[in-house]
Amino acid sequence: MDTARFTSKGFLVPGIINLVILIGLATLPLYGSLYNVVLITSIMMYAILTVSWVMFSGSSGYLSLATATFFGVGIYVSALLLPNTGAVLPLLVVVLIAGLGSSIVALGVGALTLRLRGIYFAVFTFGLVILVLELLNWWEHSVTGTRGRFVMLVDNDVIFYIMLVIFILSMLTTYLIRRSKFGLALQSIGENEEAAEHIGVNVTMVKVITFAISAFFMGATGAIWATKLTYIDPYVAFNVLYSFLPVLMAIFGGMGQIYGPVIGAVIFAYLQETFQTEFPYYYMLSFGVILIVAILYLPGGLVGLIQKAWRRRPGGRHADT
Amino acid sequence: MPESIVTILDVAIGGLLLGGIYALIAMGMNLQYGVARVLNFSHGEFIMVAAFGTFTLYTVVGINPLLCLVIIGPVVFLIGVLLHRTLFHQLSLRAPNVDAYAATSILASFGLLFIIQNIALLGWGADYRAYSYLNFGVNIGGAVFSANKLVILGFAVGIGVGFYTFLARTHIGKGIRAAAQDPTTASLMGVNINYVLALCFGFGAAMAGLAGVLYSMRIPLNPAMGMQYTFIAIIVIVLGGLGSIPGSFIGGFMLGIIGEIVSYFDPSLSLAAYYLIFMLLLLVRPKGIFGK
Repeated sequence: MDTARFTSKGFLVPGIINLVILIGLATLPLYGSLYNVVLITSIMMYAILTVSWVMFSGSSGYLSLATATFFGVGIYVSALLLPNTGAVLPLLVVVLIAGLGSSIVALGVGALTLRLRGIYFAVFTFGLVILVLELLNWWEHSVTGTRGRFVMLVDNDVIFYIMLVIFILSMLTTYLIRRSKFGLALQSIGENEEAAEHIGVNVTMVKVITFAISAFFMGATGAIWATKLTYIDPYVAFNVLYSFLPVLMAIFGGMGQIYGPVIGAVIFAYLQETFQTEFPYYYMLSFGVILIVAILYLPGGLVGLIQKAWRRRPGGRHADT
Repeated sequence: MPESIVTILDVAIGGLLLGGIYALIAMGMNLQYGVARVLNFSHGEFIMVAAFGTFTLYTVVGINPLLCLVIIGPVVFLIGVLLHRTLFHQLSLRAPNVDAYAATSILASFGLLFIIQNIALLGWGADYRAYSYLNFGVNIGGAVFSANKLVILGFAVGIGVGFYTFLARTHIGKGIRAAAQDPTTASLMGVNINYVLALCFGFGAAMAGLAGVLYSMRIPLNPAMGMQYTFIAIIVIVLGGLGSIPGSFIGGFMLGIIGEIVSYFDPSLSLAAYYLIFMLLLLVRPKGIFGK
């Protein structure tokens, strides 16, 4: 497993690159067109989902397909507290509540299910999305008699900046977790859970807490995304695609490095946006083909491929053995 | 007969009629998971494609849907074998361990799901299609069921029992059972493991195909219909125990009856009820009812 080492020499260049990207993003609404602002908002949404998915599943080795649940909870919190008839609470507070709400759901689900190993965990988390979708659908249909909700309109630039802040926070959290003892404990669970337990890692606590932290970002993103959607119903909010796309983007980008999932999300989200408009009839087909090709031929993702090419280059750094 | 008994009979037989299909679908998926170690999320897509294939063969060419069983079944079987020989076998060669293979094969099966669904969408369009075959009422103790549902149940039970006998009595069946228990030892004992795994994947796909042919007689078809049967199959194999073929067979009927009971009270809750049972089961007894 690659762990990013930040020596004083290797820190400067990435630091400057990050700063440039950050300034470029932060000033985008000043010079970018509306289309670009909206496009980058949705790319960041996918990047946050991917980064927070990797935060838990990438290190712990548990294949979580619950992303759509946490994202959907965020969307619904937003729809309840920010209806188009008038906001109940300020936007930022709602985003925070949505994140915390998803975290609480994750704490419950995690405490219940994280003793399930391998395939059972994947299947359970996947079932959760459908269960919530079906129950909510039934509830809206039979009890409240409503169908869908309208969410308050929010200025595109505001959505963009809130998304940017959540994105930066999720990256920062990933970085801090990776650098901490907590992250090492998580990593050791991914490598060998029994061994981790034997050396004194409280595996259940580490897993559940990480699961909740990753859910926080998913929920917060859902809340702000809902204001962009403006109309939501259970099928929009709890769409299983939101469980798969982050997995796909993470594999596509490569999970070994901290920026791998981001690169995967950016490229894939961009391709998705263009494919969906240019070739709507072949969109799913291309999606499936890319998924299979990435699994077969890109085990380390795009980043792994670039690193390999870099190492093969004459005079390039050699692989650590 | 009193009204309440007719209702109970109605629900019970309705459950069995539904359960026959569930049993067949779940047996196929369990074969792919229990032996070939692929939790195939594209299982339902094979059902969908076979159902559309039957629709086209019947409405355009005029071939009897029951005859389609012997046409579509082998075709889907071959597709399954080829898929395993190419895609899943390659994945297993690349995976460092069993857990990694489980994860990559799930994701690859999702890829297949999208590909197959998209192709079906291009070929048959997004509208619901249906045809009518053996669609007349048969009276059983006061409750009326359409004849095609009874035919479906008969074939489903026949295929299930036939396949179980094949596993229990034949030489190849013995090899499959050995591979399910311990692939490494089985291969040391002279079982051609790659052949057996591909065969099992093919059989699993073929069962989905047969289920699709049968099911197309009673439900409207749509390219997006496959996924819910994949879910149902997963629920049934967890209910009956991962890897247990008889467990899936019985579990299918159990889920069918549960579904009919819930539908009797509120049809829109039956899927939610399936998931609730499924998740409770995962928490309480993940081995399933018949799991060892």
